[in-house]
Amino acid sequence: MSQAADLPLWAALPVAMLLVVGAGLALAGSIGLVTLKSFYDRMHAPTLGTTLGIGSILIASMLYFSVLQTRFVLHEILIGAFMVVTTPVTLMLLARAALYRDEREGNPDAPPRRPPPTKD
Amino acid sequence: MKRWFPYPLIGLGLALLWLLLTESVSTAAFLLATALALAGCGTLLRLRFPKARLRRLGSVPGLLRDVVVEVFRSNNAVARIILRPSREDARRSGFVRVPLDMRSPHGLAALACILTATPGTVWVDYDSTDGTMLLHVLDLIDEDAWVRIVKDRWERRLMEIFE
Repeated sequence: MSQAADLPLWAALPVAMLLVVGAGLALAGSIGLVTLKSFYDRMHAPTLGTTLGIGSILIASMLYFSVLQTRFVLHEILIGAFMVVTTPVTLMLLARAALYRDEREGNPDAPPRRPPPTKD
Repeated sequence: MKRWFPYPLIGLGLALLWLLLTESVSTAAFLLATALALAGCGTLLRLRFPKARLRRLGSVPGLLRDVVVEVFRSNNAVARIILRPSREDARRSGFVRVPLDMRSPHGLAALACILTATPGTVWVDYDSTDGTMLLHVLDLIDEDAWVRIVKDRWERRLMEIFE
């Protein structure tokens, strides 16, 4: 953005801080995706980026464009709402696929199978 | 009114979504937003989407505040776990089966969103025959403590709103 120099200092500081926090969380999530041991553990790592990480970056974007265009720019709220609603679906699909395979193959990662429901 | 807007909240949400996306409050935008709300509600009606009955909306702000606090706290906790692999051996992750009393599909969906939005917990499976939910926890210290956290902190309050 070429107009970035027009941003007053009081807005530039929080925008920069929020961007660094958001990017840092996304980086931590990616590191976790590489370093954590099991599939189920790795599933948790990217949620850092999809919650507080994306939240900080969206707030920074709202602040930046609201100050530069001197009007409220709010459609980032929609991105946040869609992220909150859609990530559980993806994670559930991934987790259930892994669980299904682990149960079929009898891997030790899977939770102990529950006794079949009794008839009475 | 009831006939045209069988899902008032969802219709209102769709209309607001359109107005936010286009960032305008002109007559054309309002007309398109109304059309989108009508089309969305019509589709849901065809799909026989269960209607949500919201009660006690007064407890929603408190719940949202607690969710935000919990998101901050658990982001911090999970980032620490990832960036300090030296303690990796002491940490134990695992599954917890939580018996739920909530049966409202909307309440369960909200619970899934909350649990996924707080890093460190992932909703894995829900068994509708006995109403138990399988949760994976990254830093599992005590199974019973997690059952209590899910039931007392979230489920009880969601049931106040959705059931």
